[in-house]
Amino acid sequence: MKDFDFKETFLNPIFKGNPISVLVLGICSSLAVTVQLKGACVMALSVTIVTALSSLVASLLRNTIPNRIRIIVQLVVVALMVILVDQVLKAYVYSVSKTLSVYIGLIITNCIVMGRIEAFALGNKPFASFMDGLGNGIGYGLILVIVAFFRELLGSGTLFGFRIIPESFYDLGYMNNGLMILPPMALILLGCIIWAQRSIQKELQEK
Amino acid sequence: MADYISLFVKSIFVDNMIFAYFLGMCSYLAVSKNVKTANGLGVAVVFVLLVTLPINYLLNEFLLKPGALAWLGEQYATIDLSFLSFIVFIAVIAAIVQIVEMVVEKFAPALYSQLGIFLPLIAVNCAILGGSLFMQEKAFVNVGEAATYALGSGIGWWLAIIALAAIREKMAYSHVPAPLKGLGITFITVGLMGIAFMTFMGIQL
Repeated sequence: MKDFDFKETFLNPIFKGNPISVLVLGICSSLAVTVQLKGACVMALSVTIVTALSSLVASLLRNTIPNRIRIIVQLVVVALMVILVDQVLKAYVYSVSKTLSVYIGLIITNCIVMGRIEAFALGNKPFASFMDGLGNGIGYGLILVIVAFFRELLGSGTLFGFRIIPESFYDLGYMNNGLMILPPMALILLGCIIWAQRSIQKELQEK
Repeated sequence: MADYISLFVKSIFVDNMIFAYFLGMCSYLAVSKNVKTANGLGVAVVFVLLVTLPINYLLNEFLLKPGALAWLGEQYATIDLSFLSFIVFIAVIAAIVQIVEMVVEKFAPALYSQLGIFLPLIAVNCAILGGSLFMQEKAFVNVGEAATYALGSGIGWWLAIIALAAIREKMAYSHVPAPLKGLGITFITVGLMGIAFMTFMGIQL
């Protein structure tokens, strides 16, 4: 792969090959942070940065890593990036970093980071790998933000902590859906997103 | 003793790795197509958690925590290495998984052929690293508590994956709308199971 198709590498993971809804990678840690939009956005940003940068580094190192110990090397590269992100978050947005708690650390074992390094970065030029990581991170973040949007809007009636549903609604008898705040709803919402996506893109349906 | 039982039951049902924290979701969804392989992975997770968590606990206690190096001497008492915890934990896990794999292959070939493919996978299972990170956050008072927590959360994970695998085996005979087939319905099933597990919330022992 000498020259790469920019559109293909960058946009494909956002929609058609979305890491969450199509490849089922990296759902692990992050759904728990989708109760509020703010946490989800920070998480999405962190994952994007980690994926892009570790793909870049792994791709730069790809010719010097002996094949047998590559998993360990990849883990070290990813862990390094995650530590950097964690320290930055702790320094600048301490409250958010407290609510995300262990989930930032769990980006290390997020399959999407390792998956992209294994599948793409080890066989491609640094810039292409960087774009691939960026695209995957954004595709991943997109789903997180969609889920968080519905959960925060329906569960607490707010977005980014600001009240969206006016008080008069509550006076008329409107109530927040408490179920939305509970963790299982993230999975059900994700199921619905996949449902919607597969109704549109029929080629993704499983037989 | 009562503390241990309470912690054990709590980590299985209330703080279930899958339903409360979504940890280890990737392999949970990928390997739950039939009960037999799901069982194999479940056992492997319990085993690796039980080995790595106490080791990481000791490392955290004597190396990483603020002031943990005090046993080396006065001048080390102020050192805080906690920013290194991610890299230390993941290195320990990767190494332990490798050693466990070699030991099991040598001494229990039958078990190895059952777990074989799952063992290396476990190094990147979020439930394992998640267990260590939660351990750090919960600040257990001794190794016993850390080990109890490891056993409990491992069994919780095992329970969850067997339950899902059994449901998925039955679901093969059901009529599911085409776009929901496979992944979609699995997510919704896990969500419903999670709601069922929420009834354990607030249990006091």
